[in-house]
Amino acid sequence: MIIIGERINGMFKDIGEALRNKDPKPFQHWALKQEEGGAHYLDVNSGPAVPTDERPEAYKWMVNVIQEVSNLPLCLDSTNYDAIEAAIKLCKRPAMINSVPAERPKIERVFPMAVQYNAAVIGLTMDKKGIPKDADNRVAFAMELVAAADEFGMQMEDLFIDPLILPVNVAQEHAPEVLESLRQVKTLSNPAPRTVLGLSNVSQKSPDRHLINRTYLAMAMAVGLDAAIVDANDDDLVDVAATAQILLNKSIYADSYLKVFRTR
Amino acid sequence: MPVTLVKERFPSKVGEVTLGATAEQGGTRDSVVVVGGDNLLPFLHFEGKVVHRPVIAMEVTDIVPPWNEAIKAQFGDVLDNPAAWAKKCVDEFGADLIYVKLIGADPEGFNRSPEDCARVVKDVLAAVGVPLIVVGCETPEKDNEVMAAVAEATAGENLLIGLAEQDNYKSIAAAAMVHKHNVIARSPLDINICKQLNILINEMGLPLNKIVIDPMIGGLGFGIEYAYSIMERARLGALANDKMLSMPMICTVGYESNRAKEANESVEAFPDWGELADRGVLWETLTATALLQVGASILVMRNPAAVKLVQHNIADLVEVAEA
Repeated sequence: MIIIGERINGMFKDIGEALRNKDPKPFQHWALKQEEGGAHYLDVNSGPAVPTDERPEAYKWMVNVIQEVSNLPLCLDSTNYDAIEAAIKLCKRPAMINSVPAERPKIERVFPMAVQYNAAVIGLTMDKKGIPKDADNRVAFAMELVAAADEFGMQMEDLFIDPLILPVNVAQEHAPEVLESLRQVKTLSNPAPRTVLGLSNVSQKSPDRHLINRTYLAMAMAVGLDAAIVDANDDDLVDVAATAQILLNKSIYADSYLKVFRTR
Repeated sequence: MPVTLVKERFPSKVGEVTLGATAEQGGTRDSVVVVGGDNLLPFLHFEGKVVHRPVIAMEVTDIVPPWNEAIKAQFGDVLDNPAAWAKKCVDEFGADLIYVKLIGADPEGFNRSPEDCARVVKDVLAAVGVPLIVVGCETPEKDNEVMAAVAEATAGENLLIGLAEQDNYKSIAAAAMVHKHNVIARSPLDINICKQLNILINEMGLPLNKIVIDPMIGGLGFGIEYAYSIMERARLGALANDKMLSMPMICTVGYESNRAKEANESVEAFPDWGELADRGVLWETLTATALLQVGASILVMRNPAAVKLVQHNIADLVEVAEA
């Protein structure tokens, strides 16, 4: 199970302010803290803190200050592909591009870049019209992304399909559809693409966020979830990830498995 | 239409462990032995690279061992002289390493002192230029004393010392850390304990590239299939990037195969079984060659005639890989 730490995001007040003031400390603090918590990747998202035309410079700066303290690979999170391209050149380890929807012009912009920089790509099962209601349409978008990966010569393991979970308090009917999508996505090719969820979205504005997150994580892992963008410092959640991995016989049990799961 | 071979690619590889140290590295060995490093299932050379060929360590004991005459006779008059015995193993039988087993330390037997044991190891070091593996008498309390003395007396030689086990790993791991040796982590045919022991030893501060796994084995006819499946899981774990199972493996082939009745009973007792001289050799050889196929990096062997056959087998397997 790949844990992608979500905390370096301009939507959080401390990161947004630090980005405006060019203060590396909060970035470096959260890089180290998330690594300690069990993150395998660090998501990096400027949020709305900087104007669009300044984003390439902002992403380059963020990548540099994070890499000063952490060797974790980065998940460059933006819809501004010029910003991603500027930053991806600076990444010391193969990065992940977060994300591209199943829209042809965007696929053509992103997939060749991923191949060039040996990066992974998160492909969203949606297009301009938005997120489908059911599993079938999600899987149809996934198939388009899988075919595109093949067309552009991307390793299938480098494609992470995100079937897009919505908050359970407003869109409850999506939760089982996403699980069914995960199951089917793993049958689309051999080797199969990998799968990812922006997990915390499932519990937006619910009072029992942590419980919802970790319950859904275990359910999703059982049907084929390979990676999740999460709060890497939610210890109970990371424990669930480690335990589900053991119960799915994906890693070999040892008494200290919780600790080993966090060892990088 | 040409058929494309489906090749398995693994994200990781077996870790490398270096045994022995030359004068420049602070020891006295003529050369070092490196094991591990492969990124493939054993000898599937079209999928990866055999980086370091498997090696054979020959057993030498500090007192005359209770082995059958068919084996003992091949060594002549050196069995009461560990240094001469070790030299014979290297010079005549081509051993890559010597595995010194200090059975004379056994409190129920000769009860030799830790200092005497250390002296034997020093004598063997002086007699041969290959790296050494040293284990005690399999009595934990005594072994802790013996191996502490051996580790100290041989500081810098980068030995492989054992045996660290789940209930008794701290003293030996500490001795290895202080005097810069490697450790054999032995688990009783149990992949979960194997992994846990590696974690525990690593937590003490010994780096993963200073640990060799002894998964324990069964000889031919006595559970070798079980050993095979455990080793296969460990190897697949290593290739799948499970760092706590990524160490190379050592197998006590000579000991396990020669415990079998089939490797000891005379043809007179069992006329259908054929001559012991041949049978014993084959019993040990087949145990060794089976375990090579599942990723044994160090074979601890006893019978010189079996060693010769297995050397051929290794050469053939590696040659194909290099061709």
